Amino acid sequence: MKKIKDLFHFFFQTTKGLILMGITAISVITAIWGMLSGPMVEWGVRDFVVNLLGMDLQSVERSGRIIMLYHVIAMIVVAIEVYMITSIVPMRRHQRANINNTITVGWITTTIFGLAFGYFGHNYFYHGLFLVGQSLIFFAGLLLTAALYPWRKHFLVENKDYAHTKAGYDLERMAFFIMAVSMLISAGFGAVTGSFWSNGHETFLAEDLIRNPDKTALQKAVIGHLHIMLTLIAVAITLIVGRWMDFKGKLHKIAMPTMMFGTIVISGGVWSVVWTKMAHTFIYVGSVFVMFAALLLVIHSWGKLIRDRIAEQGIENPGFGQKLVALFHDPIKFGPFWQMVFMNFTVSGVGIFMAVKLEEIFRVWPAREERITLTGHWHILSAIIATIILMYYIDIWGIKGKLRKWLGWTIIIGSDIAFGAATIFSMKRLFVSEYDQASIVNWTMLLMDFGLGIILVLVGGLLIWRLKDLFSSEGFWKKESDSPELDLERTGVLTQAGRDAIEKEMEI
Amino acid sequence: MKTFKIILVVSLFLAVNLLGEKPMEYVETGVNPNTWSLVPAGEFYFGQHQHVKNIDYDYEIMVTNVTNRQYSNYLNDALEKGSIYIERDTVWGYHPGDPFDGYLHEWEIPAGDYPHVPLGNPGLRLTYGEGIFSPKSGYENHPMVEVSWFGAKAYADFFGYRLPTEMEWEKAARGTGTNDYPWGNTVQRNQANYVSSHNLFKKMFSDVVKTTPVGFYNGRSYDGYQTMEGISPYGLYDMAGNVYQWTGDDHPKVHYRYMRGGSYQSYEYSLRVWPRNSAGPEYSSMSLGFRCARTPIGEIGAPADTTSAE
Repeated sequence: MKKIKDLFHFFFQTTKGLILMGITAISVITAIWGMLSGPMVEWGVRDFVVNLLGMDLQSVERSGRIIMLYHVIAMIVVAIEVYMITSIVPMRRHQRANINNTITVGWITTTIFGLAFGYFGHNYFYHGLFLVGQSLIFFAGLLLTAALYPWRKHFLVENKDYAHTKAGYDLERMAFFIMAVSMLISAGFGAVTGSFWSNGHETFLAEDLIRNPDKTALQKAVIGHLHIMLTLIAVAITLIVGRWMDFKGKLHKIAMPTMMFGTIVISGGVWSVVWTKMAHTFIYVGSVFVMFAALLLVIHSWGKLIRDRIAEQGIENPGFGQKLVALFHDPIKFGPFWQMVFMNFTVSGVGIFMAVKLEEIFRVWPAREERITLTGHWHILSAIIATIILMYYIDIWGIKGKLRKWLGWTIIIGSDIAFGAATIFSMKRLFVSEYDQASIVNWTMLLMDFGLGIILVLVGGLLIWRLKDLFSSEGFWKKESDSPELDLERTGVLTQAGRDAIEKEMEI
Repeated sequence: MKTFKIILVVSLFLAVNLLGEKPMEYVETGVNPNTWSLVPAGEFYFGQHQHVKNIDYDYEIMVTNVTNRQYSNYLNDALEKGSIYIERDTVWGYHPGDPFDGYLHEWEIPAGDYPHVPLGNPGLRLTYGEGIFSPKSGYENHPMVEVSWFGAKAYADFFGYRLPTEMEWEKAARGTGTNDYPWGNTVQRNQANYVSSHNLFKKMFSDVVKTTPVGFYNGRSYDGYQTMEGISPYGLYDMAGNVYQWTGDDHPKVHYRYMRGGSYQSYEYSLRVWPRNSAGPEYSSMSLGFRCARTPIGEIGAPADTTSAE
């Protein structure tokens, strides 16, 4: 009984356990739902899974099902980021507990009943509880925003290497706060439209409307919503891994205001899409600032990796080659920032190229080709975020030695092969005619399946390891229970004003 | 010995991939592409969300897509009559232009000559020599592809037909019910030509040949390959899969022309009766064809037959 209680504590009360539970849920969903499309259909795997699980897949409801599925996955990703944020940004313990508990109940409810509604039959009970789950996640967001409120003297920057105001307010905390507020407002754009469902608004996939000259306000709101939510998830993971790498110094002081400004401008631009035709201009400007902040983080992180490794080796005057070897020494720490660079080729670069050449190239293609490019590039962005979370988790887990290297390089190479192949596939019409495309289509599809497949197998192996570990009384889970929070340098520290406030609360 | 084996395997691979298509075998389906079907006036369910729409007139629509034989016959007639001409390895013809709305990003399509069929595209299943168009051997009853919207409309205009509007196309595909596919709510791999179809052609010919003869999925068996009947409530073939089909509407503000039905490259969700694909009217592809509609000329209630296009 005590073991069960301890396990329950680990999974529901520790940051590391909560993150593991979230990653497990996404992996299981990806493994099962990944069998419903692509080559799995031709191989008969989909029909087997559908019959085995008793799924109810009406063709006409496909759009709705997809919407439910990616809301479920996105909610778990948001929850994982929230667990990380509540651990790395200083806040009161009860705040952390309230936020984490609320969002945990929220994503579990959303997941169970969202998937039930989408794939196992419609009823008001499932859909109602799906909405309850999402409401809880939104409420957790409100609590998080309150906890992150940066203009309070309870947590101030003491180490002047971290970006701060003259009064000592923490600019990184401010960046997290702005991201959280933006995400709440952006969630509202989806929620408001959802409330009009079947009452002026009909289910649609954004990629199916790309060539409609006249979109309704509700359609624009949904299109804006899905774009900004993914962008803000990317902003959040950038800030999180920045703390992991102890982002500080001059670059941090430039990056944090830049990130804040970029986040505000992008969000404002996306929200304005409902009312103005200038939205893309704002979005481009905001993107430049956010991407510049991310670039500064990459520069800092790679510099730090090189410096730390060189110092560890005791080399006094390292050459270029030695620095390069030092950079690649730990793929788990090199990887997330490489993925940010790689993203420029497979996501941002593609997006900018499309915008510049829209009428000259992409609008000449049939809509289905343009659609593949569009859906391809944001699927890749989502998957890149997933690999970054995965690599950070492997570091949190504390895997070391050769296994760490194997895992790191497998994730980097596997995912980049898949994303590179997906980009080539989506842009194939630039360099191959329809008549000659068979070979490039076959090869890119094969590489995509191989790259993603190898990562799924790897994640599956890791999770089986963790499952086995739960049966050990002194396993990883026990160590993580004893040291539940993320081990890193925090920007803010509790001030005397903070202590006084806590004491005042206790007096009551 | 090992080196020899490697060379042999690589040579075989290159031979299969580089030497091009095998000779095409003509496959008779028993479906006459000169047949039309009557679609009576009345209400029907339109689009994914099944809005009730009304078409208040009867119309006829071709039971199959226009075939390579039909289109090559037309090209020969039209060339003789001077309604089209060949220049820069392309068939050209006149289009009176689309109304221009001055909308953001709108393409202007003024009156002028536009491409109908790019003769140099390898996906085209016609040959042209000594002033005569002919279908490539074996492809006579495959759908005409590599034809632009201008080329499809010119064919229809030539015989006094028209391209079906999107509404006409969807009603002809779906009937008055709420089915997702022309015949029901699911699709089997031997019922239509789409990406998951392991049809006879992929086994018999090279991978480049992807279209099936019009009316192929009619419940017949071809050398042991048993097809399921894939017809719409009005008896139309290939309204899901094989090749996309141009529809006739000019959509204001954009001037894209919409294509329906999905193709051999499509996943099954694109074969449903409502998804749209679109492109500019000069676009052509080896997975894109068309069929025609017309005001009924036969006795109401019975399909009219014509040989004018043959």
